[in-house]
Parts: sequence; structure tokens; C-alpha cells
Amino acid sequence: MDSALIIEKSIFIVVIFAVTMLMAMYSTWAERKVAAFLQDRVGPNRAGWGGLLQPLADGLKLFAKEEFEPNTPNKFLFFVGPGVAMATALITSAVIPWGDKLEIFGRTVILQATDIDVSLLYIFGVISVGVYGIMIGGWASNNKFSLMGAVRAASQMVSYEVAMGLSIIALLMMSGSLSLRAITEQQHGMDWNVFYQPVGFLIFLICAFAETNRTPFDLAECESELIGGYHTEYSSMKMGFYLFAEYANMFISSTILAVLYFGGYNYPGMDWVGIHWGTNIATLIGIAVLFVKICAFIFFYMWVRWTIPRFRYDQLMNLGWKILIPLSIINIMITGICILAFK
Amino acid sequence: MSDLLLPPEHRYAKIIESRRNEDGSELSILNLGPTHPATHGIFQNILLMDGERILDAEPTVGYIHRAFEKIAENRAFYQINVLTDRMNYCSSPINNMAWWMTVEKLLKIEVPKRAQYLRVIVMELARIADHIICNSILGVDTGAYTGFLYVFQFREKIYEIYEEICGARLTTNMGRIGGFERDWSEEAFRKLNVFLEEFPVAWKEFENLFERNRIFIDRTVNVGPITAERAMEYGFTGPNLRAAGIDYDVRKAAPYSSYDDFDFEIPVGQSGDTYDRFCVRNAEVWESLSIIRQALAKLPEGPHHADVPDYYLPPKDEVYNNMESLIYHFKIVMGEVPVPVEEIYHAVEGGNGELGFYLIADGSRTPYRLKFRRPCYIYYQAYPEMIKGAMLSDAIVILSSLNVIAGELDA
Repeated sequence: MDSALIIEKSIFIVVIFAVTMLMAMYSTWAERKVAAFLQDRVGPNRAGWGGLLQPLADGLKLFAKEEFEPNTPNKFLFFVGPGVAMATALITSAVIPWGDKLEIFGRTVILQATDIDVSLLYIFGVISVGVYGIMIGGWASNNKFSLMGAVRAASQMVSYEVAMGLSIIALLMMSGSLSLRAITEQQHGMDWNVFYQPVGFLIFLICAFAETNRTPFDLAECESELIGGYHTEYSSMKMGFYLFAEYANMFISSTILAVLYFGGYNYPGMDWVGIHWGTNIATLIGIAVLFVKICAFIFFYMWVRWTIPRFRYDQLMNLGWKILIPLSIINIMITGICILAFK
Repeated sequence: MSDLLLPPEHRYAKIIESRRNEDGSELSILNLGPTHPATHGIFQNILLMDGERILDAEPTVGYIHRAFEKIAENRAFYQINVLTDRMNYCSSPINNMAWWMTVEKLLKIEVPKRAQYLRVIVMELARIADHIICNSILGVDTGAYTGFLYVFQFREKIYEIYEEICGARLTTNMGRIGGFERDWSEEAFRKLNVFLEEFPVAWKEFENLFERNRIFIDRTVNVGPITAERAMEYGFTGPNLRAAGIDYDVRKAAPYSSYDDFDFEIPVGQSGDTYDRFCVRNAEVWESLSIIRQALAKLPEGPHHADVPDYYLPPKDEVYNNMESLIYHFKIVMGEVPVPVEEIYHAVEGGNGELGFYLIADGSRTPYRLKFRRPCYIYYQAYPEMIKGAMLSDAIVILSSLNVIAGELDA
């Protein structure tokens, strides 16, 4: 391994880290703007042009707030909870292919922090750990509402992870690889997986909502019943971490949706652009295309949140176990039959 | 996670102990309120929970009890109006008008048609405001925030109309014995017409957002149902009773303030569950709009108050320049006006049920005894029964669909 590679990867990691943070920050701004748009309001418009400095102002405010700690026997766990949530939200981005190759100073730079063969499994693993942040925080708060939120979050994660995994199996049967780069490259041009796996995509989308604790699956923190759910007792930047992790998760799951089902950085006519304008231009357009897809999904998340009510706990479980899991198993069977018949 | 909110001799403590001995299961106690964000106002409920399911509930009342009935015994009749504002503060004009009508019934004052119609208009506006709050907050409690903000703009518009009529918004203190303190301005009618044009569009949109929404239906159908018999036994009135299928409406049963001049329907539900309560309120808003339109179309010219100088404060310039007016003013303010010795009951259809005033007058300037029949107080008695066996999420939804207002509950 040459030192240039290390430098290159280090720079790249810092960049995607920064981009993830930036996207999460501006998702909070976008959330408020989208909500305002859907509700005939103006939204934040005081800090900066169009309220663009609002996320900074929010962050500063959260840092300046007094930190309150409940009288809990688990001060350490209370402290660890938001950290775990934040860390897991940020490390998922390591395996995501942000673009194709770039030629810089004669070096071929692959726009991915690491291309491991089991990147999909890695993502699933990290997302599963994500619930520990909520669990630990909710449990250590020593508050019944927090505990309820934590228990809800845990059972919701467990149930929906099953359906999510099953919906991915159908995709893997087609792609034959767990590597996100391989899956992306198979969707070259307009050959996106969503056209082959519409049901799988829908199941994955619903589960992604549940995994990120967004409405209609935001039972872990639903403010109307559990006050704030697992982060009821949190204040200052610890709460900021939880909220921030939610938006980072939303960004990451939008990215995964775009990569797995909507072709990642692929776009129609990319070969033509590559030949006529050069591969670097094609790659840069690819990155832009990926971010457009991601933003579209983030908007979709917000659109749903500000439109429909949330489920009740038992209805959520019914949907997960009685509808989504059988549906995804049927999807696997149909995919298998199609692969047998057409390949 | 201790259950030590309660003393060991409390019955919940005993139930928990016996269940633990029986099958080893762990019940818990959840203190819902008094300052829980979803209980709109200050109520406390101590819930005995098995996981997310509510086994039993014990409500507490009185957190904002201000002893209005006792205060009323020490106030002249015209001063009691400000107390009624603070009961159901979502529809205070109805309370105001109900109080004036009670006093007029006692004093046997005939109110001119114009004032009666204006009262009908403002009461129906208040009913719309009340239903806007109840139904949109039900949306918020199920997690759909947008509908709430759509229609809340229009509550704001209603408040602007109040402002034009009486100068105040929330606690309106509107009207006088015998009518209104001043005739409505042009601006008030203009705002009213704009409201009548714009609001139906938004309300239609609001209905579309909820009434056929699958998640909303799942959350509300068969949640907190109450049978007609049980509702009658508790003394339910208003939309909550009508949702159970009984078409009792004071506006039809004992018309006041010329309600029999107008043509309107009484929407009823079937099962008395949360969804029916929601739909009944939605339908009532349309009826209220129709009543306002009819009243505006038929609004007669004439005085805006009855000619009762004994009770109706004269205009200030007359007080300063005119002997009789000064005497009347003095007598009214000092409470030296004749009041018959009588017991009367007057009820109106309030925003969420029959709002009644039982008044015993002993001939003095203050009531001897005044009893408010507050519908919320009655609904809240049924609340523990309705949430037994439900989930925690249901409890919140049921409370907001009953439209229990803390100010009215505790008075």
C-alpha cells in the first residue's frame, strides 16, 4: 500500500464525512422549509438568506443550552447513548459508492471509502447497532416515557429489519453480489433495479421509514404520547446528537435507496458523455445525479411526514409481521421463478 | 422504575402486588399528566399499565379550579360574564351569550330580532372555532400536523371577527344584558363574508386529508366507543352524544335566540367511537356555516339591544350630559336594579355539549347560587371507562376527541 493511497483515502473520508454532516444539517433546514411549504407557511427566514444559516444557529443554541441530567444511576450510559446513535449514523457512509472513477494527476481515484465484498451486510450490521443508541439512552434516562420509547424502537427495528433483509434477498438473487459497487455497476445506464424489483423496492422503502423512525413509524419519539420518547430527558447537544443522528440516518437511507434501486450514480446517456466529454465529466455528472436522487428521497421522507398520521404500536407490528414479511417472501419466490425461467 | 408514586395502601399497589404473586407479571403505573403535552390542559390520569395496555385509570380534577361558582355569588350579574369566558375558552362567545340569555330569561327581557340573529352568527362562529380545534388537534395527536395548521389560520380569522365585534380575541366578554354593546361594524361583516368564502375550501381539504385516510381510520375506528345508553347514563350531550346515535341538540330541542328560524340538520353517528365523533364535528361545521349564511341573508334592521335602561349601560356621552342616563348608570353599577326572586335554568348548545346555567336569584344584585352545567366535567367522568383496555396511544386520541377543555372541566 503506497502512502498516496492513504492520503487519498483520508482526504476522501474527511470529504464524505463533511458532506454527510452538511446534508444532515441542511436536512433540518429542508425539513422546516418543506413543512412550511406544505402547510402554507414561510418557514425559517431570519438567519441568513432564506434561513440558510438556521442550522448553524440551531447548533449554536443547542451547544449553549444548559445541560440537564436526570437522577439516573447510569450516568455513563446516559452519556453513551447519543454518541452511539451519532457514530452509527455516520459510519455507514464508508461503503457507499459516491461515483465512478476520477482521473486526477494520472491517478485513478475510486469514489468510495472502501469497496468491501460484504458492504450490504456491513450496512445492515451498522443500522442494527444504531438502535442501541436509542435503547441505551431511553433506558438510562430512568423515565417511563423514555423506556417506552426505547422498547418501541427496539421492537420496531427488530420486526422491520426482518422484512428489510428479506426484500434485499430478492435483489441479491438478481445481482449475485453483496458489494454495493457491483450492484451499482450492474444498473448501468437506465437499467435500474426498481424496474425489476418494484415490490421489493416498496417493502424496502417502508422498512427504511421504520428504520429511521420517521412518520408514520415515529412511535419511538411520538411527542403526543411519549412527550419526546427516548430523548425526553435529554437536553443541550445530547439531544442535538439524537436529532442530528435521525437526519444523518435519513440521508444515509436515502442514499442506500438510490444506490440499490435507482441506479446510484448511473444515468441514461452516461456512455455517450464518457466518450464525448471525457470520463471525469461523466463521473462528476454521476455524482450530481446521485445527489439529486438522494434529495428526491429526502423530500419524499418529509412529504410523507407532513401528510399522514402515525400508526399505533400494534398496527405497526401487524403491518411488519403479517403483511411485509409474507409479501417479501412471496417476492423472493417470484424472483426465483423468473430467474429460473429467463436466465 | 419504581412504582412508588403511590402509597402502599392504594388499590393499584395492591393489584400490582397480587399480579406479581399470581403469575409473576410486572404491571406498572404511568403518571399521565398533569403537564403532559398531549393532554390539552392540566389533567392528571394515573394509569395502571400492562405494557402498553391500560388496565385501569384514575383521573384527578381540580388543577385549575378557580371556584367560579363561588366567585359568581359575590358579583353583580353583568360582572359574571368574564367568568364564563374562562370556562370553555375555545368558544367563549357561546358562554357569554348563554349567560346573557340566562339573565334575560330571569329578567324577562325580550331581545330584538337583530340582536338575536347576531348572537346566532357569533355563536355558530364560535362553534366552528371549537370544532376546528377539536378535530385538528385530534389530527395532531395521531401524528398528522399539517391539517392542524391548514385550518388554524381560519380560527385566527374567526378571532379577527371577534376583535371587530368586541375588541378581544380569546376571552371575549362579548355582549351586554339585552344585546350587544355596539352594532357590528362594516368591517366585521366584510371579514365574515371573506371567511365564509375561504373557509369551506380549507375545511374540505382538511376533511379529504383525514376522512378517507387509512391510517387515520385505523387509529380512530372502534377506539373509545361508547353506547348510546351508557352515554345517556353519564349525561353526555353535544357531539359526543350525537356520535353515539342520539339526535339531541338544544338548538332543536329547546330553541333559543331564534334558532327555530333557521333550517339545519343534526348530524348523528352510529357507534360513538372516535371516528364518529370526528365525522359528526366535521358535519356540524357545515351546518354551522349554513346557519350563518341564512342568518346573514335574513338579518333584519333594527336596534342591536333591547330597550331596557334598567340593565343596559347607557352610552358614555349621555351619562355625562343627561340626568336620566347618569342615574341609570349609577344604579346599574351600584347594583340597585330590581331583580326578581326566582330559580331558572337556561341551556344552550355549547361547543361540546349542553352548557347550562342554573341560577337562583334572591332579589339582590348578585346570584344567591349559580351552578354551571359543564359538559366537559361529565365527559371526563366517562373517560376512565372509555380508555380501559385501550393502548396508551388510544388514551390520548380519545381524550382529544372528547374535546375535554381543562378550563371548563374545573371551572
